[in-house]
Amino acid sequence: MTEQPKPARKAIQAVAQMKTLMAEYFQSLDRAAKEGTPKIAWCTSVGPAELLHAMGFSVYFPENHAALIGATRMATDVIPVANSIGYSPDICSYLTADIGAYLSHRTPLSKSYGLETIPKADVLVYNTNQCRDVQDWFSFYAREWNVPLVGLHTHRGVKAVNEWHVADLVAQMKAMIPTLEEVAGVKFDIDRLRETVRLSLECTELWRQVLKFGAAKPAPITFFDATIHMAPAVVLRGLPEAIEYYRLLIGELTERVNQGIAAVEGERHRLYWDGMPLWGKLRDLSEQFSALRTNVVASTYCNSWIFDAFDPQKPLESMARAYTELFIVRDETYKEAYMNEWIRDFSVDGIIFHDAKTCPNNSNNRYGLPQRMATRLGIPSLVINGDLNDLRCYSEEQARTNIEAFIEQLDEKG
Amino acid sequence: MDDRYGGGVDVGSCTTKVVIAGRENQILGSAVVYSGTDFEAASKEAWARALQEARIDEAQVARVVSTGYGRKSVPFATGTLTEISCHGRGCLHFFPGPITVVDIGGQDNKIIKLDATGRRVSFKMNRKCAAGTGAFLEEMALRLRLPLEDLDRMARAADGEVSLGSYCTVFSATEVLEKIKAGHPVNRILRGVFRSVVKRIMEMDTLTDTVVLTGGVIEHNPFIAELIREETSSEVVIPPHPQITGALGAALYALEEVLADRSLAGSREN
Repeated sequence: MTEQPKPARKAIQAVAQMKTLMAEYFQSLDRAAKEGTPKIAWCTSVGPAELLHAMGFSVYFPENHAALIGATRMATDVIPVANSIGYSPDICSYLTADIGAYLSHRTPLSKSYGLETIPKADVLVYNTNQCRDVQDWFSFYAREWNVPLVGLHTHRGVKAVNEWHVADLVAQMKAMIPTLEEVAGVKFDIDRLRETVRLSLECTELWRQVLKFGAAKPAPITFFDATIHMAPAVVLRGLPEAIEYYRLLIGELTERVNQGIAAVEGERHRLYWDGMPLWGKLRDLSEQFSALRTNVVASTYCNSWIFDAFDPQKPLESMARAYTELFIVRDETYKEAYMNEWIRDFSVDGIIFHDAKTCPNNSNNRYGLPQRMATRLGIPSLVINGDLNDLRCYSEEQARTNIEAFIEQLDEKG
Repeated sequence: MDDRYGGGVDVGSCTTKVVIAGRENQILGSAVVYSGTDFEAASKEAWARALQEARIDEAQVARVVSTGYGRKSVPFATGTLTEISCHGRGCLHFFPGPITVVDIGGQDNKIIKLDATGRRVSFKMNRKCAAGTGAFLEEMALRLRLPLEDLDRMARAADGEVSLGSYCTVFSATEVLEKIKAGHPVNRILRGVFRSVVKRIMEMDTLTDTVVLTGGVIEHNPFIAELIREETSSEVVIPPHPQITGALGAALYALEEVLADRSLAGSREN
């Protein structure tokens, strides 16, 4: 209760290397857009990136761009522009932020990486495993630029992944190959795909290792760090650069654990975060939790780029399985069991559910899950109302008070 | 420094409350002032008034805990706690656990559940919208051109009720205007406005065990308690001065710190 001095946060050194890596990535996309080669494919975050890399595309991920729009606090300025042309404030604010930024001729890539504009797509490839909004999002650009749009329609509410789920998605991927061949000007080569899947598997295994460091006591990494460090797993999976980066990061985190260095000095409580990050408030939230000597050690969100199923021997089948094993497309029983496992393994003593106004698919509090988990696990939870990008949906003072009160409750529990 | 007293300051969005508690947990002095736009000034004013009522000097209050929306704006506070903790503690002073605290504030509502030992089990605050809070009643009073202090009496006297359907304060205000145009008596509309407050609370969480109502809205509109009783089989009770329950809780926490300081000092001396 008596005011404590704010503990210092321990910055991860590898972030400097990541910035270089991301700069190279965006500049290579910029060159490709200007020179017309290699062709540029836009891909949803868990779309068939392996297939696109194997066919020689430079792959751009608009969800990553939308998160940058949110993190740079540009989103609330540009979302209304998309709203004004008919995209409701109630739909995905990644979509509205990205389209609003495009219509406003703005991008955070200008300030961060010197790009004048986003790289124009030669083909747009979506996977509805995230939501239906990605299809509408990409459709906007397909109309705008008159370029081909192809997509995968992943099954939803999946209890167990069956062969017919996999067979269906494999058939859908095969169906998009002729379009991709035509745009890329190259023939599909299964051996190149095997190699890309092998690299993606290695990347994802290393990313899992990174996240598992959160189980250490004290944890050397926070959820807020992980939302930054996941960028290579999102945009560079299937490429060797991501693997090199995670090896570097794992080295640093191993050293931290060996030396007992905590990401949050004096760690008292360990939380699990379910739902999307509030991109425009990452720093504020990170500092608040840090001041409360509480570390958010695990999350559903950052785990979304762990794909255990990748198998170079069965590239298309294993991609189909990986995209369908995702938390977001699973049924409630699976989600509950999945969260239980991480909560147990990471010694979590409280759960935060972020109810994101414009992202129902990532707001898992809406069907009684917090209450069921509290009853079964005896772990209290807190629901924060906010949004991934649209800060008009976020009441900062209420959220801060809720978080503070939740930590007081955990303190009482002892 | 005399260590017999603990102070609690609850800086709410509408009013600022201060309680000074003695070692027997009794209230020695209290004050309520409008928070206005200068929380620091409001807290100082309420503090001075409460000290005067308690007939003690500021230096005799060893610990002061601030709480509420403006808790970080109290320069003389020695610590802060959220209003969720403080309302719970204040209610436990009057009623033993398990209890469900329903605090209806100026801009937010809270439902806080405490177990038989007084430990908090859960809490919920209303979502971003201020529907069902004091701000909602203020807006309705403004639309109906009625003084706030008349609302309770008029709603209680109504011989019927006009139902309002909307979640939203602004839409409810439009609905109220429609009801007036349709010729419904104002006091029946007001009763519907009060019912709307109760509906917003009932949808936040379940009301279990003994239900304790706190906050300025209940202090000035006790008819709401009667409407809540119609909705639940639980016993519904109100502490003596519900508007200052949060400040009392803060003062009791401060007192616990005073006693802990004494005990620590005693053990050092031994």
